[in-house]
Formats: sequence, structure tokens, C-alpha cells
Amino acid sequence: MSSSVAAAVSPTRQALRRARKDRSARLGAVLVVLLVLVAAAAPLLVKLSGQDPYTYHLDLLDPARGNAPKGALGGVSSDHWFGVEPLTGRDLFSIVVLGLRTSLTIAIVVTLVTSVVGTLIGISAAYFGGWYDAVASRVFDFLFGFPQLVFMIALGIIVPAGFPRWLLLILVLSVFGWASLARLIRNQARSLVAREFVEAARSVGSSGWHVITRELLPNLLGPVLVIATLAIPGYIGAEAALSFLGVGVPPPTPSLGRSISDSIAWVYTGADPWFLFFPGVALFVAVLGFTLLGDGVRDAFDVRLRRTT
Amino acid sequence: MTTQSVSEELLRLKNVRKYFGLPGAPWRQAQAVKAVDGVNFVVRKGETVGLVGESGSGKSTLARVATRLLDPTQGSVEIGGVDVTNVRGRKLRPVRRKIQMVFQDPQASLNPRQSVGTILSTPFRAQGIRPTRAQLVELLQQVGLSEEHLERYPHEFSGGQRQRIGIARALSVKPDLLVCDEPVSALDVSVQAQVLNLLADLRDELGLSYVLVAHDLAVVRQVTSRLAVMYLGTIVEEGPADQVYSAPAHPYTKALLSAVPVPEPGVERDRIVLTGDVPTPIAPPSGCPFRTRCYKVQDVCATVRPVLEPVHGSTEHRAACYFPEPPPPERTR
Ligand SMILES: Nc1ncnc2c1ncn2[C@@H]1O[C@H](COP(=O)(O)OP(=O)(O)OP(=O)(O)O)[C@@H](O)[C@H]1O
Ligand code: SF4
Ligand SMILES: [Mg+2]
Repeated sequence: MSSSVAAAVSPTRQALRRARKDRSARLGAVLVVLLVLVAAAAPLLVKLSGQDPYTYHLDLLDPARGNAPKGALGGVSSDHWFGVEPLTGRDLFSIVVLGLRTSLTIAIVVTLVTSVVGTLIGISAAYFGGWYDAVASRVFDFLFGFPQLVFMIALGIIVPAGFPRWLLLILVLSVFGWASLARLIRNQARSLVAREFVEAARSVGSSGWHVITRELLPNLLGPVLVIATLAIPGYIGAEAALSFLGVGVPPPTPSLGRSISDSIAWVYTGADPWFLFFPGVALFVAVLGFTLLGDGVRDAFDVRLRRTT
Repeated sequence: MTTQSVSEELLRLKNVRKYFGLPGAPWRQAQAVKAVDGVNFVVRKGETVGLVGESGSGKSTLARVATRLLDPTQGSVEIGGVDVTNVRGRKLRPVRRKIQMVFQDPQASLNPRQSVGTILSTPFRAQGIRPTRAQLVELLQQVGLSEEHLERYPHEFSGGQRQRIGIARALSVKPDLLVCDEPVSALDVSVQAQVLNLLADLRDELGLSYVLVAHDLAVVRQVTSRLAVMYLGTIVEEGPADQVYSAPAHPYTKALLSAVPVPEPGVERDRIVLTGDVPTPIAPPSGCPFRTRCYKVQDVCATVRPVLEPVHGSTEHRAACYFPEPPPPERTR
């Protein structure tokens, strides 16, 4: 504090500064912030629009066209900003923003859980080595190669209906998700463990916990951040896919994946392509935003992710 | 401390071996890298012992075993007269206070994500102490740095300054013995002398003792009181530095020294050029490890490994060779 020299800047801050200068990373960040705001304020937005995702508006449907919405753009009006769902006439804006909320919540929670668990297990495997590392690596490979989708569909059928589906989704995605992150982090940490500063910390008597959390973790925050950000679109997609396949969040809770699934037939026949458009764009923007941000962070931290040892 | 000042033993390695198994094959120990293969080594208070040898001779491994960073495969490590070979984890902390290490690569030995203040606090925290700012500043001043450096990060320093930070960290626990693993080999020649001078000053100020690892005999010449020469995981010669320098008894030492320019004008040394490569430490030669490159090799050298024995009528100066070089004829004055 008494120093008159320009304040020192930690490498992490420098990397974040670089990320802020990167154009596509900035676009990604803007999209992500926007989406998170929309998702967080979804109930409020729905209230503002004066609608809800449950009420049927059969009067807005055209029985002559197989109950597709009346009017242009899938029935867009000042009441129904994104039009209405065919067959039921439910408000599509409410369904999309609340569906986005569901998807993002699940994806972010899963990402947080898998990042914390994967990081700790990955770093500790690299640090302790030996049989612990050997067993951990086997587990990573097993979970990584596991036919998750089939398993989740089976689980979705077996687990009693009383068990909340969103929790089941989070649990299952987390159980299978941490392994790939742990494996990448373990491989990154391996090269760090061989560096002399780890030995230096041990030689002054630091505990394993100190080495893992204070010496190794700060050097791996970049990779963890990158992997986590890039994993989010994957989980958004996974949630959508499972809902698409009918084992995600059950109706009537809105879900982007289920809406997209339902819309396919209407696009196919050309009766109401707008039913795909709005949830599709929301999903696309979510995936795009997190991917751009993740790429930007990766470049800023200069992270090269090696897949093998 | 009058008459007995040389006798206090800081470090004793007894018949230490360190074998590295090949990765993933603990059952193939025959294939192990014999990095250190039967070393006895003692450091007493006040000494600066030079440990020299070519790359791969096992110097760093020996240093890591001595500082309890590596468990020896065989043999024992005594620090301050106490056998600490089997002391692990938390119980090692008091041991860490007696012996510290300065690492070869100052770039790799400082955590790039930690400020100097954090790096210097780590040893205190490991001992359960919260250091005051004044304590950290004092450490920096001891190594010729100042308070303004406390908030900086390693990448903002030069190589020499980084090594000073590494030395400050080692000093923080107030050790008796500092094991410096090639402390200047990664530095510019112009900076090497400064860091070596710092080590010498600290020795006088703090009463430190050193093990100075080097692959270059010239580097440690001025500062060492005793010298040990390593080859393929064993010590082939040791003794008071001036005796080893002026009258090397082991052919390997003689060859190493012949490559070092002689500081005295008028004195010439015949340059002995070592031929052949250093054998692999996985399968060292039978008998004398140096026999594949020795200019004096005889049949007997392939039989049993020669042990360190007194040479030149001195009890301190010892070499492991069947045909040690004779002492030089008394120079006429
Ligand atoms: N962790 C390890 N695993 C396997 N082999 C190792 C390990 N550390 C060192 N070795 C091997 O042990 C031998 C001695 O290495 P060591 O680093 O002790 O030599 P050195 O004398 O310090 O060499 P240098 O001058 O290059 O630092 C070398 O053959 C090296 O490859
Ligand atoms: S024992 Fe033989 S081979 Fe070994 S150094 Fe002496 S003379 Fe050379
Ligand atoms: Mg070395």
C-alpha cells in the first residue's frame, strides 16, 4: 500500500482484462447476461405480458387448419408477443421465457455441481497420484464411455412419478457430467504438480489441502472456467434433448426442449413453423452466448485442453 | 562454541538409495532408474558442501531425499541428529524448520498466481502463524529486495530477483541448513556471482550451512569448504575443497577439473576429454560405475564396486577408485 509504483496486477485479472477486449467474448457475455436476466425475471415478464403458460385460448386457433393459430407469425399480437401454441392456444411468450428459465437453471446448477466435484477430484487425483489416481482415472473412463442417454431414458421410466423430474435431471446429468471435467483438470494438474512450486510449498510444511486449494487451484481456475462455460450449452442441449424425448421436466411445466419436440410436426406440415421459431431461437441464442463466452475466456487464459495424458 | 564448533551434525544420509520405478510398472523394479545408489553423506554446522556431477548423476534426487521431499527406497535420513526417515505428514513440520531447499528453476519454483507476499506467508501459515507485514518485509530486505516488491507477482521480476524470493521463502522458517539445488544455473552469468555472494553473506550473518549443488565445478569453487563429486548415483570422491581441487584423486574428478580453467597463471593442466556417454542409470556398469569411460580402467574395476577410502594420507579426503591419482609432488617454492 505504501508503494508508489503502479499497482501489481495478478495474471488472473490480466486474463479477464484480455477477455473483455475480445469482441466475440463480449457479444457472448452480453447474450449470457441478457438470457440470465430474462430467465431470472421470467415470472415478472410473464406477468407484464398479462398472460400465463397454462390457459387455453381455443378461440385463437383455426380449426380449418388443424387448430393452428389464426393470423400471421403464429398468431403474434399485442396480447401474445410470440403468438400461441397450436392445438391449445397457450401463450408462447410465457412458455419460452419460463422454459428458458427451466433450461438455464438446470444447466447452471449441473455445471456448478460438476465443476466443484470434478475440479476437486481431478486435482486431488493428480496431486496424490498412486492408486487413488488409478482408480479415479478408471471411474472417469467408465462414466465417460457410459451410454448416458439410454440410461437416463430407462431411469425416467423406472423412477416413480412422485420424484421431482427436475431434481432427477440434475442428479443424473451431474453424476455423468463431472467425469469429463475431472479428467481434463487432472491432466492439466499433472503438469503443474511436477512444477517446483508445489515441492516448494511441501518443503515448507504445507498440507495437501493447502497445496490443492492454494497452489494448484488458482492455476487451474482458467481451465475450469473455460470448461464450465463451454459445458453449459451442452447441458442446455441435454436437458432439451431429454425433454424432447419425453423424460425431461413433465408438462405442464414449460420446457424449451419439449416445445421444440412438439413443434416438429407443425414445421413438417408447414402449418405453423413459428411454433419452432421462438423456442428454437431462444435455445440457439443460449447455446451461442455461452459458447462465444467460453471461447473468449479460453483464448484469454490461453488454455489448451489436452484430452489424453 | 569454541573447540567443538565443527562437530554438530546437521544432516546425515546413511546408505541412501532412491530408485524410480518405470511408470505403471511397480513389479518391474529391475527396470528401475537407480537415481541414487548407496550414498553416505554428512553435513556439519558451518560447512558449505559442494555437490557436483554431470546432469543425471542424481544430485537433485539426493537433495530431495535429504529435505524429505522424497522417501528413500533404502537407507536413512538423519536431520539434526534425529532419524526422520519414517516421519511423515504433520510430524515433518519441525523437521522442515531445520532444513530448507532453494530450487534450481526460480521461474518454476514460484507460483505464478501468487503475489510475493502470499508466497512468503506460506511457510508461516504452514506452521500455523500469521506473519506480520514487518516480518515479510524483513525477509525481503535480507535478500536485497524491498517492501515495494511485496504486492508484485513473479512475472514482474528478473531471474536473479526471483531466486532471491526463493531464498527468502526458504529463510522464513529460520533453517540451520539450506540445500540449494543449482541455485544459479538458470541465471545469467553476470547475475550468478551476485546470488552466490548473497548466499555467502547470509551464511556469515545467520550462521547458515549449505549444500550447494552444481554441475559446474567453477561455480562453487569460491564458496565451498568441502566437495563431494557424484557419478551415476554414487559419490566417487569427497574431501576438503582445496584438497580436491588441487589434487583430485578420482579419475572422474580429474577429468571434470581438467575442463575448468586454472586461475593461477603459469600452471597448466592436461585436458582430459571424457569419451563415451554416461551409462543409463537403469543398468549401471558392474564394479566401478565410471569404468566405461575411465582412462585408467583395469580388469579389477569390473568386479566389485570400489568404496570410498582415504587417499593422499588424509582422513578427510576420500575416493572410490582402485587406482587413485597420486598426490602431486611438493611444489618448489
Ligand atoms: N521423478 C522421477 N521419476 C523417474 N526418474 C527420475 C525422477 N527424477 C529423476 N529421475 C531420474 O533420475 C536420474 C537422476 O536425476 P536427477 O534429477 O537427480 O539428476 P541431477 O544430477 O539433478 O541432474 P541435473 O543436473 O540435470 O539436474 C535421472 O536419470 C533422471 O531421469
Ligand atoms: S576404479 Fe577403475 S574404472 Fe573406476 S575410476 Fe578407478 S581406475 Fe577408473
Ligand atoms: Mg538437478
